[in-house]
Amino acid sequence: MSILEAHDLRRTFTTTTGVLRRNRKEVEAVRGVSFAIEPGELFGLLGPNGAGKTTTIKMLITLLLPTSGSATILGLDVVRDAREVRRQIGYVFGGDRGLYERLSALDNLRYFAELYAVPARDQRARIGELLELVGLTGREKERVEGFSRGMRQRLHIARGLLHDPALLFLDEPSIGIDPVGARELRQTIAGLRDQGKTILLTTHYMFEADELCDRIAVIRTGELVAQGTPAQLKARVTAGSVVEVETFSGVGETDVRGRVGVVGALAGVRSVVVDDGAVGETLVVQVEPGADVTAAVLGALRGIRVGRVVTREPTLEDAYVQLVSS
Amino acid sequence: MSGLARAVRVLAVGWVLQLKILAVSAFDGILNIVYPLFFATCALLMFRQNGDPQTLVYAGLGAAVMGTWSAMATSASGALQGQRWQGTLELLVTAPTRVALAVLPITAALATVALYSLVATLIWGRVLFGIEVAIVSPVGFAVALLVTLVSLATFGFLLSVTVVRYRTGWALGNLLEYPGWLLCGFLVPLDLFPEWVRWIARALPPTWGMDAIRAAAAGRDPWFDTAVCAGLGIGYAALGAFLSERLIDSARRHATLALT
Repeated sequence: MSILEAHDLRRTFTTTTGVLRRNRKEVEAVRGVSFAIEPGELFGLLGPNGAGKTTTIKMLITLLLPTSGSATILGLDVVRDAREVRRQIGYVFGGDRGLYERLSALDNLRYFAELYAVPARDQRARIGELLELVGLTGREKERVEGFSRGMRQRLHIARGLLHDPALLFLDEPSIGIDPVGARELRQTIAGLRDQGKTILLTTHYMFEADELCDRIAVIRTGELVAQGTPAQLKARVTAGSVVEVETFSGVGETDVRGRVGVVGALAGVRSVVVDDGAVGETLVVQVEPGADVTAAVLGALRGIRVGRVVTREPTLEDAYVQLVSS
Repeated sequence: MSGLARAVRVLAVGWVLQLKILAVSAFDGILNIVYPLFFATCALLMFRQNGDPQTLVYAGLGAAVMGTWSAMATSASGALQGQRWQGTLELLVTAPTRVALAVLPITAALATVALYSLVATLIWGRVLFGIEVAIVSPVGFAVALLVTLVSLATFGFLLSVTVVRYRTGWALGNLLEYPGWLLCGFLVPLDLFPEWVRWIARALPPTWGMDAIRAAAAGRDPWFDTAVCAGLGIGYAALGAFLSERLIDSARRHATLALT
């Protein structure tokens, strides 16, 4: 049996504008999302900001009711059996929030151990194990307000694991963490995966998903556009190549953003994205197998100052960019 | 561990840790010292003009309980808003423990701080204004004080659960602070108000608690007022517990919990 099964999950938000004359507007944040997670699997949910990742997770962790559709965790319905579902899941989100700053790490864990019904006789040992797991042993008596972001994030993970949940939700855990801290965090997550913990991870970082996830689902404007292993997703674009053109835009006609449509319409081009850099931009062109579009692309950019032109093999990030931008 | 024992343990651990959170900030500590004394001083300076020592005793007792009302009415709903800001509110809601058991210790910790405010104001009145509150029935006085504080905590609990559902629910506490001073009869006898105002006052536990405290101090029977205060406190706790589950369902439907 799958640990998690989501069927056609939908969530609509109502927003209002105006003060005296209120205009109501319905926004479909999640539009029919279905997927399943098997025991021991590390499942990645990827998508750009506003794609519906967090809304999907909030429905699964019982913070939001779906407008329609259903989801079960270990066979328990996330709407009907919310309290039972909460016993089975752990939830960790990224950023500075979600901890009692004025309490020590130990007191934070003690408090959440009570709230998550960890038996009193097991608490001390469990908290000790988790502090060891996340590398905070020796720092547990310090107040959280003095912790770095990486330390807070590791404490969050310890908090999420206190009651040994069957399924752990990690919502962008590495956001805003420096490279060393992020690497330590990835090691912690990889350790959990190796212990057989089932995890749903959302992240913006492709290398993180590539390194950690057994399977990935890509979500765009509230809909899943692809699911598979990292290798399967890469295979969607590995049959082709990627042309990167460095540009230095001016204004109006010499702005590279105005040429995306022209380049995208060229024969052999799958998708086009502009990445802004510190000085100029990089036009990333996904190309179909066997097609040579370099000359045509440069022709379409006539009038715009062009720098380096590189042709390379596609990566998971290219697969992701193609999926979310097509 | 039985359900009741676990609930008591959650409440006790929560109360100790929430008290710790309130105690570690020097800034908050100074505010908790100065704030009730400031308002008590203003009230006592006004009442001193009357020249009647009995009026000053009446105001001295009222001013002491007035600080506890302020501490609960404004701080309880603000405390839950603080949980929302620091991202812990959604963790309290997604925990398998009933949210009432997570929220009640927060208001109980505030009531403990309010107890300090009450004692400090009585000492302040004695030292600065020479108000000697002769307590004829010390047992009745102590019980009435504690029941008033507990009922204030449950009233604060009811206010604070609205913050779970309504993002600006904390403003309700601010709105009630000054009317509460009048409605609960802390400084002005309720007999001076129209009947419909007195009906509202009778629905508030501190009104009965204040009467019980004054009765115990003066040697009259405080037990009926104390019992009504306790009954209202239990009623507000039950209503808060009932509403907390309903309001969370509503918050899940309307997406008013944090979504970031």
